[in-house]
Amino acid sequence: MPGAMRGIPAAAPSAPRAPSFDQCLAASLFALLALLPLLSHGIASSYSLLVGERAVIFAIAALSLELLIGAGGLVSFGHAAFLGIGAYAAGIAASHGLGTLCLALPAALAASAVFALATGAIAVRTRGVYFIMITLAFAQMAFFIATSLAPYGGDDGLTWPTRTMVLGRPILKDQLTFFYVCLALLVATYLGVSRLIASRFGRVLRGLKDNETRMQAIGFTPYLYRLTAYVIAGTLCGLAGFLLGNQAEFVSPAYMHWQRSGELIIMVLLGGTGTLYGPMLGALAFLLLEEALSRLTEHWKVILGPALVLTALFASGGIAGAIAACRRRRAAPRVPVTLPRLVHHLLDAGLEPARSWRRAIRRRLLRPAHLFKRGAHRARAACEPATLALGRGLQALPSLAERGLRTSVERWWRR
Amino acid sequence: MSASLFVVQLFNGLQLGILLFLVAAGLTLVFGVMDFINLAHGVQYMLGAYLAVMAYGITGTFFLSVLLALLASLLFGLLLELLVFRHLYGRDHLEQVLATFGIIMLLNQGVKLLWGAAPLNMPIPDLLSGSVPLLEGLRYPVYRFAIIAAGVLVAAGLYLFVTSTRLGMLVRAGATNAAMVSALGVDIKRLFTVVFGFGAMLAGFAGVMVAPILSVEPGMGDQILILAFVVIVIGGIGSIRGAFLAAVLVGVIDTLGRSFMTDVLRLVLAPTTARVIGPALASMSIYLLMAIVLAIRPAGLFPAKGRA
Amino acid sequence: MKRAVLKLDALSKSFGALRVAEAIGLEILAGETHAIIGPNGAGKTSLINQISGALAPDKGRIVFEGRDVTWMSMAARAHLGFARSFQITQVLRHFSALENVALAVQARSGSSFRFWQAAAGEAALNRAAMRSLDSVELAARADTPAGSLSHGEKRRLEIAIALAQAPKLLLLDEPMAGAGIEETQRLVATLKSLKGRYTIVLVEHDMQAVFALADRISVLVAGRIIASGEPQAVRANAAVRAAYLGEAT
Repeated sequence: MPGAMRGIPAAAPSAPRAPSFDQCLAASLFALLALLPLLSHGIASSYSLLVGERAVIFAIAALSLELLIGAGGLVSFGHAAFLGIGAYAAGIAASHGLGTLCLALPAALAASAVFALATGAIAVRTRGVYFIMITLAFAQMAFFIATSLAPYGGDDGLTWPTRTMVLGRPILKDQLTFFYVCLALLVATYLGVSRLIASRFGRVLRGLKDNETRMQAIGFTPYLYRLTAYVIAGTLCGLAGFLLGNQAEFVSPAYMHWQRSGELIIMVLLGGTGTLYGPMLGALAFLLLEEALSRLTEHWKVILGPALVLTALFASGGIAGAIAACRRRRAAPRVPVTLPRLVHHLLDAGLEPARSWRRAIRRRLLRPAHLFKRGAHRARAACEPATLALGRGLQALPSLAERGLRTSVERWWRR
Repeated sequence: MSASLFVVQLFNGLQLGILLFLVAAGLTLVFGVMDFINLAHGVQYMLGAYLAVMAYGITGTFFLSVLLALLASLLFGLLLELLVFRHLYGRDHLEQVLATFGIIMLLNQGVKLLWGAAPLNMPIPDLLSGSVPLLEGLRYPVYRFAIIAAGVLVAAGLYLFVTSTRLGMLVRAGATNAAMVSALGVDIKRLFTVVFGFGAMLAGFAGVMVAPILSVEPGMGDQILILAFVVIVIGGIGSIRGAFLAAVLVGVIDTLGRSFMTDVLRLVLAPTTARVIGPALASMSIYLLMAIVLAIRPAGLFPAKGRA
Repeated sequence: MKRAVLKLDALSKSFGALRVAEAIGLEILAGETHAIIGPNGAGKTSLINQISGALAPDKGRIVFEGRDVTWMSMAARAHLGFARSFQITQVLRHFSALENVALAVQARSGSSFRFWQAAAGEAALNRAAMRSLDSVELAARADTPAGSLSHGEKRRLEIAIALAQAPKLLLLDEPMAGAGIEETQRLVATLKSLKGRYTIVLVEHDMQAVFALADRISVLVAGRIIASGEPQAVRANAAVRAAYLGEAT
């Protein structure tokens, strides 16, 4: 399985291959999304279309983050900064009357790229925990810069006068058109990122994630490749930010809040890192979950929080991981699924954490009993000489008694 | 810009630095010894503050509520460790981020549920209220002095603990190479629990001390968490000495920057430009500091893992 | 007189009080197989690390083909023609054996900043990689993930990766480490086929392999070279006998 990313063509002849399972899944997801406007006409309203738009936009952002996490092994906790920067650049352009596609979009992309280059140049020199914290800190820095932009709304945010004009016409104002533009960009991003990961550059990046020492010994300098990946990912996320700003016709520093960065990571993990369809599914799933839970209760985060903890503990492969496990099980020799076996399996899976907790609790409860037993042993050992002496004494008693009796009998006989 | 304002802000910066140190010390140990990213450390701090307010509501005395809140913080930290964190040691950082992020969500919303979203408060005890003269015509609140003093005492105690006790030596060894410590026969699980509990108590203590002077509200731990991250990155993961120096540096620079950046810029730029750029640059100042330190030393000033 | 490809000039390195290298001076001639032997802890891997660029020396110089490479990074030295195998196997575990070697070929064939063409389909890279795998008899396992290979196969893969770099200097750090008898024989046969075609610096413990392969041997003890020369001379050297080979040899 090449390069630990599924859906990447293996080292095989360049004859055209049938699309892999992952690519089929992605294609069906796109088809489903394309049909969404028709479905939404029937069921809810244009609200579901709005949710769909947000899902598609966040899917683009999640794909860009997957490029960093899945392919590069760089966990960025500040990716939402690019969402904000893209949206702010286009919004500021719009507020100055320069809200046309040929100005606003390049501005958004350029601003994201510059920020990515400047912060990445420092952040990419570090790894692991350091990298996570540095990206978080830089995103927070961007957040504070945005809150201090008094002429552009500061804390309250900036309302766009209008959506970006395309060739002087408000084409994007139409919800349907905007949705399909977003979807088209998502498909383009998916294709682009999948080609990128399979390319020479992508292979080097994946290799650096796998074994940096070996790659250096072959002749690859990690810094340049990782920095390039960071800039590409940042720019892609800036594109998502541009679309997000357009969708809401509003941008505020909250776009860059570190909680938003955390949500992006959740989307990638929920869907499953290591595939490209996973993060897209994850974005969709997270947004749907957010919608559904927030209708249930105002305090929906109390439900989502533990759900995330449980996911991290028991299902860290996400949706893609679950699908892959299903496929592996399907490929394995079949054991007939009978009801008792199914019940047994479910009980097993469900009870396993309880069992491990029970074991842990029992160990702790039994510790006093062990200590008591140990104490009893020690006490017995300490008293051993005394008990030995007592035993010997008791043993000697009959002979002593016998001697005493004989002596007294003899004395009485002599009298 | 006056000398007295400068001195006051210097002391405020010192106080912020000490608070940051208390939060960062536990965090850097947990990172260094267990290689565990604990984003939930900020809510530990917040919980300390809430528990102090609750204890004060029950007991009515300051020092008793401090004690109770500290104990409750420690217990809660140990509970979290037992239920969740223990199963995440050695796992991918991504999973740790996900789990601790979920804990933040849960607790931030949880305190909102239990205590409401309105900020709470706690009065300063009579013993520590009032102010003392600092310079001629300048007074500084006693309570803030108390915080600085308490923090410095804790820092000294921590330093003594880490350098002069056997357990402290194990902690230092664990921060340098945990696998080796375990291979030498030390019960690494118990060491981890001790380290974690200690860190939780320190964060809780910071929250408890801050309760009378700041408003206790949901989400108060988030900003402190990020500042603590900056402190750890600058100071070096696993190093308490680094955390102390970096915390004081960050606290002082942040506070002074916020107060005086605009004025300083006014010396070189036009007043209107200075007023616009000033606040932005002030809030950026510590991140710029972090960037500069990392550019020179990517592993921080005093990393525990050493420099090859 | 063969020219010196690699010259080590008074190379020194210490970790605190531990001196792993003390004024090491060595000359590796073109096309020769130079073995470095010594007891455990003598500093052999540290020496290879300094030569390959993984470790920076405290003092001294490393000159490769007349060029001072002492401060060059590992990747830069790889481009100059250094290739190494590691004592603890370092392969890309999630990549197939073929891709492992193809990456080594990719490093020396043009820029890797190409973002569109699928790298796995590049026939030229794959051909060169297969040739390399063939020379270590791993062609049958080309599509297996490197993490699933047996230990001996992984050692052979390391050599294949090193060969794929078309190196001017091969640094082999205990290639026979942990390999069984059959594997060792196969590796020795492979290395014999490389003799003369490449300049090889070989660190090994297996004395049979060393005496079968080496043109010259240097003995490293406690960071110092105590003997250097033809195998027979080294074998007969009293100091070497006392420090490492033992009296029975």
